[in-house]
Parts: sequence; structure tokens; C-alpha cells
Amino acid sequence: MSTTTVAHHDEHHDDHPTGIMRWLTTTNHKDIGTMYLTFSLVMFLVGGSMILGIRAELFKPGLQLMNPEFFNQLIGVHALIMIFAALMPAATGFANWMLPLQIGAPDMALPRLNNWGFWILPPSAILLTLPFTLALFGVGDGALATGWTFYPPLSVQGGIGVDFAIFAVHLLGISSVLGSINIIVTIYNMRAPGMTLMKMPMFAWGWLITAFLLIATIPVLAGAVTMLLTDRHFGTHFFDAAGGGDPIMFQHLFWFFGHPEVYILLLPVWGFIPQILQTFSRKPMYGYKAQVYSLWAIGALAVVVWAHHFFTAGMPVPALLYFMYSTMAISLPLAVLFYCWIRTMWKGSMSFETPMLFTVGWIILFGIGGLTGLVLADVAADAQYHNSYFVVAHFHYTLFAGGIMGIMAGVYYWLPKMTGHMYNEKLGKTHFWLTAISFNVTFIPQFFVGLAGMPRRIPDYALQFAEFNMISTVGAFVLGLSQLLFVYIIISCVKGGKKATDKVWEGAQGLEWTLPSPPPYHSFTEQPVVK
Amino acid sequence: MALEQAQAAANKKLALKLVWIIAGALLFAFALVPLYDVICSVTGLNGKTKNTAESAAKAVVDLKREVTVQFVSSVMPGLGWNFYPKQSSVVVHPGQVTTVMFEAKNITNVEVAGQAIPSVTPGKASAHLKKIECFCFVRQTLKPGEVKALPLRFFVSAELPKDVQEMTLSYSFFPASQ
Repeated sequence: MSTTTVAHHDEHHDDHPTGIMRWLTTTNHKDIGTMYLTFSLVMFLVGGSMILGIRAELFKPGLQLMNPEFFNQLIGVHALIMIFAALMPAATGFANWMLPLQIGAPDMALPRLNNWGFWILPPSAILLTLPFTLALFGVGDGALATGWTFYPPLSVQGGIGVDFAIFAVHLLGISSVLGSINIIVTIYNMRAPGMTLMKMPMFAWGWLITAFLLIATIPVLAGAVTMLLTDRHFGTHFFDAAGGGDPIMFQHLFWFFGHPEVYILLLPVWGFIPQILQTFSRKPMYGYKAQVYSLWAIGALAVVVWAHHFFTAGMPVPALLYFMYSTMAISLPLAVLFYCWIRTMWKGSMSFETPMLFTVGWIILFGIGGLTGLVLADVAADAQYHNSYFVVAHFHYTLFAGGIMGIMAGVYYWLPKMTGHMYNEKLGKTHFWLTAISFNVTFIPQFFVGLAGMPRRIPDYALQFAEFNMISTVGAFVLGLSQLLFVYIIISCVKGGKKATDKVWEGAQGLEWTLPSPPPYHSFTEQPVVK
Repeated sequence: MALEQAQAAANKKLALKLVWIIAGALLFAFALVPLYDVICSVTGLNGKTKNTAESAAKAVVDLKREVTVQFVSSVMPGLGWNFYPKQSSVVVHPGQVTTVMFEAKNITNVEVAGQAIPSVTPGKASAHLKKIECFCFVRQTLKPGEVKALPLRFFVSAELPKDVQEMTLSYSFFPASQ
């Protein structure tokens, strides 16, 4: 036995610490990806159970279960958790797992930064939810109660929950900025020889633009909440009219980040959806170039339309018109994307395994989200719809259907590759139908009560909205409980199941499908050559 | 190995460049604060008016035109005052100097100071409301139970856009430290 064999062994095998130390110290992109995805799933359930509390309160008019302050806290923390701790980490998790495999890189470019980026997340989730627990012990008056948007003067007057949320946002921001740096560097520097930018998988394109949006806008949010913090504690007057500041300015700063954030949540999904479509249509994706240019167009438009979130705050007519037209202009590149997605399926030899079911359902439901967004972008109509349940229904069609159901499609698509086992197809399909139907049962009634004038973020409502709210609550509980099935499917797939082949899906295209399932701990140590 | 080191160096270089973009974005966030004020005062967006005295000598009276000026008042939380305009609106000719009265009463048993912050709707009219004398130029201090008449002398400049026939001047009294 010579030392060379040992060295050889060290280099090429799954040599890593075991137990908790493996996960704390890991710099392996697959381990970190797994941690991101697990964290995201846990927080998805946490944020989901919060909103079930809200829906239970709204089951009947009047106050039954909780006081209005607690209701407000649940709403704001639900949103922050779903956006920053469920959706964004899920997309980052996929990026960690799949980008190196898709572009033929041995790992992410900056592995230690990667470890950091993840381990900032759990403390920030604790910061966000800790005030709930503290309030039980009589410390402070609970979590952030301003809604996730932190609008002053309410947020300047709020309790310690606001401070906790501000620091949580700082940490979450640092985490996603670190993740973005890593992704940009990986995509620019680590591609396999021969893989030019225009030969990259669409998922890499979606994430590249997302990462640029993140590093350009997250610092603006960090700045805005920092100003809020100094207004609260250090006597500055950024948002205090008495001291010469302006609360409306916060809305500009917040939404300068907040609108691109919508695309930050959606662009990674728009990246892998065409890949799923081509796999299950068994033909190459339609309009690769058109899709890439559309993604860039949407990324660019995303940062110049922010004020449509507060048309009713008071703006001169030319500004209203500008923000209305520029917002509506986003539907043009988005229509190109929809056309390409549908055209990819056109005359394909389609089959409907769970990932494809989620993807097709996603196209329809996300389409509804997009179209109702056009209604809200209309300045004249928005005066009626602003802050109503119509808005709530609209952004859940874009962010639950367009975001989370897209992520679920990705989970079913890549789970056999990641675990080496096939998931239970029958249960997967059941999960899809339960999710899609109960989602619509939850949110279609909200369009109607919104049009009829029911305001959001209010724990009580007028009697005429009672039936619709009852239906919506029943839908929400079915939707929430169906996700336990999702958890069961994932756990049983990790534990065992039918062995997955390397290619997994008959029509799968791309480098990740050339590796074994599950891929070895270190993959592509010799980079493949792309022709 | 040399290849891997070159790769690591290139990665580090690009990562540092991206850090500069992030620093720039953070700087941009804080630069937006003065930028926002400049844009608002240049364009009159958001109803911000100048809180300084104008001279009445500049006024050219246009007797052919009438403009209604409405008054709205509010007191912010933390200030125990009653505060209201003595007249809900006045009709003036552009250029005509008018005096209107507001009244404030301290309904608490401590002496407190307040600062009135004006806002004008529509925004495009805000630059054309010229104040000669206003209680909002300085802080107002009221003793317990004191009632104070607060005068405002102003005129509407003749350059007011033709389509503006009505404008609203709103005052919010904020608590101010002594």
C-alpha cells in the first residue's frame, strides 16, 4: 500500500467530516444546496402556518381568535418569511445544486463565501420570529406589525419587533448579496470549455440577471431600513415630516428594491421552466435567443417602474402616466416568453409527469397573475383596487403560482437527480391537483371581495364578504395541509424508492443528466468540453 | 494546480469588482435622499412649499381671475392641541394679498412647542402659493390651556397654471422639541 493510493483516495472520494460538523463546515455546492432547500421548505411551512392563523380569523366576520395587533404581526412576518426565507433560498438552493452541474463546473467559484451565505440565514429567521416568543415572556409587544413594507410613520412608532425585523433584513440582504456574487462569478469564470454565454442553459441566464438585480437593489433596501433605524433611535429625520423629512420618500426607496424583488423571485423560475418544457415535450426549447433577450428586457424594465406600487400616494399626472406605460411595457417581453413556452410544447411528444403538470399549471395560473397585474397597472382602475384583496389575489397568483408552484416543478424535476431515487409519481400527481385546485379555491374569491372593496390587512370585514371569505379559508386550509403530502413525498424519496437512471427523464437535455444519479460528491473535476 | 490558482485569482478579482457595485448601490440609496428633496422642490412634486417669506411687491393683481384656496388642518399624535382654520376657504384674485387666521389651543397641562408643516394640492400649484408671513415659519409654544390666533398672509402668484381653479393648503402640527 503506497501513500499515493491514499492521496488518490482523499482527492476523489466523499471525504468530509460527519454529523453536524459536515453541515457547519461544508463548502460543497451540493451540501449547501441541500441546506438551502431544506431551510426553505421548513420556512415555507412556518410562513404557511402563520397565514392559516390569519385565514382562521377571517373565516367569520368579527374578532374571534386574536387581537388586531397579533393579526398585523402575522401578516407582516408571513410575507417577509415567504419572500426572504422560503422563495429566495429555494432559488439559491437550486442555483447551488444545479448551476455547477449544468455549466460543467467542479463547484461554485467561492465555496467559503457560499457556506457563510447560508449560515447567515437561520439566525436571521430567528431574529424575525423571536419577538413573538419574547412577547410571551412580557418583553416587547411582539413582532413587526407594519406589514412587510415597513411604511413610516407607523414603523417609526412601532415596537421592538420593527428593530428585530430591520436587523433580520440586513442579514437576509447580506446573505443574498453573497449568494449573488458567487453565482455571477461562477457563471462568468467557471463554464466548461466551449460553453459560450449563448450556449448556457436558460436557468443560468435567469439566475445571472437575478443576481445582478440583487446586487443593485438589496443595498438600497438595506440603506432604507438603516435610515428607518436611525429615525427610530438616533434622532434623524429621513422620514419625519416635522424635521423636514418625507414619509413618501421611504415608499420610493422601498419599492426601488421591492419591484425588482418580484423579478428576483421569478427569473430563476423562468430559467428552469423552459428546460422542463423541452424535457417533457421531447424537443429543443423554442426561441432561445428571444427568451434570453426578453429576460434582459424584463430585468432592465424592473428597476424603472417602482412607483406603480403607490399610485394613490399622490403623484403628478405625467409621473402617473410614465409609471403606468412603463409597467405595461413589461408585458411585451413577458408575452414573448409565454409565446416561447407554449411554442416549445407545440406539436411536441408530450407526457405529463408531475414536473410537467406543475409547469403547465404554472403557465396558466401565472398567466392569470400577469393579466390581473395589467389591470392594477392602470392608474384609473388602481384607485379602486389599491390595497384591496384584489391586490392580494393578484400577487399570490404571481408569487404562489408563479413562484412556489414553479419551484415545486423544479423540485420534482431534479429530485431524482439529487437523491438517486424516483419519487412516488401517483402521490406527486395528487399533490399537484390538490395544490392547484385548493389554490384557486383560496384566491379566486379574493378577486371578487377585492373588487367589491374589501381592504387587505384588516382583521374584520363587512358582512357581505362573509361567504367568499369562508370559501377562501377552506381553500387555504386544504392548500396548507396538501403541503404536508409534499413534505412526505420528499422525505420518502430521500429515504428510498425506485432507482433513478442517469438521464431520469427520456427527453432530458443538458450536462446535469450526463452524471450518475445521485451525482458523486465531487463532480466535473475534469471539465467536460461543450461543442 | 497552476491552472486552479489562476482560476481562484480570477474569481477573487471578479468578486471584488462586484463588491464595488454593491458599495455603489448602497451609496446610491443615501444619495437618493438629497436627490429626492431637490427633485421635489424644483418640480413642486408632493406639494412641498417654500417655508420662507416672499415679498408682496412682486405681486401683480389679476382681477379677471378667481381662485379658491381651501384650508385643512391636522394635529399629529403626541401633540395635545386643538388646531383649526377660522375659515374653510377663501376666494382670491391672483396677486391679491390676503390674511387668514388659524387657531390653536393647548388642551394639556404642560407647555409644549409645535411645528406646522405645510403641503399644497395639486402639486403643480404649490410653487405659486407665496407666503408673506406665516405661523409656520417658526415653532409655536403654547402654555397650558393657552389659545393662540395664528395668522397667515399670502398671495397666489399670477403665473398659476390656468387650469387650476382650486387649491388646498394643508397644515399638520407636529410636536417639536424646545
